[in-house]
Amino acid sequence: MTSMYDHGLVLAAALFAIGLAGVLGRRNIIFILLSIEIMLNAAGLAFVSAGSRWGQPDGQIMFIFILVMAAAEVSIGLALVLLLFHRTKTVDSDAANSMKG
Amino acid sequence: MTMFYISAAVALVASVLAISRSNAVHALLYTIVSLLSVALIFFILGAPFAAALEVVIYAGAIMVLFVFVVMMISSGQGAARQERQWMNFRLWAGPSVLSGVLLLELLYSMALTPVQGMAKSVVDSKQVGVALLGPYALGVELASLLLTAGLVGAYHLGKREAKEGADE
Repeated sequence: MTSMYDHGLVLAAALFAIGLAGVLGRRNIIFILLSIEIMLNAAGLAFVSAGSRWGQPDGQIMFIFILVMAAAEVSIGLALVLLLFHRTKTVDSDAANSMKG
Repeated sequence: MTMFYISAAVALVASVLAISRSNAVHALLYTIVSLLSVALIFFILGAPFAAALEVVIYAGAIMVLFVFVVMMISSGQGAARQERQWMNFRLWAGPSVLSGVLLLELLYSMALTPVQGMAKSVVDSKQVGVALLGPYALGVELASLLLTAGLVGAYHLGKREAKEGADE
């Protein structure tokens, strides 16, 4: 029964690795943000499974903070994506490699 | 115990499919399934409040933001043709099957035990709330500040874009 929590941590590591592969492998900015969401979710899963292992609410509280951070990050990130799209007519992240101040 | 592994398998499959699709809407559907399966894992681990937040905020609000942006980006000519393409059954069969597995699991767990998941102890929302507004009250204030900063930042970015659009 206890090993379920351990396997929760293993699952969190696997999901984090999948998200990291998405961040490194994709060039579409929307996919990169989506992969970041998967990574943040994996971090939250690690916190919740560790918190449940000890029967304490702290893991869920850290998950709530991660949720708040993800919401703020996504709103800013998608606003930046829209800005980039209106300027360059593309969502390719390579289009943002040159800036002029 | 078995339900945990089924949910974990669904989460892994949905995440791999989500980052490997070429169409953004398909990837969003698979990401939503991945988030729902993680919510079910939270429920099984004895964290029902985190599971509810995952469904409401992650799979609900944040993914709706993504859907809006994808819709704004892909609007224009060819959007109607794309819309017809998305109605094709073959395209949403995969997410439907995966979320059907999750639904079966949820129904099974609700039939098996009234409320409780399969964990030794359930940390319910009352305990979370007491801890959140007790020792973590400063964290709540900082989170509200962060959300306000996100609101102001998103408004600022959107407004500047609109002004420059008017200049052109």
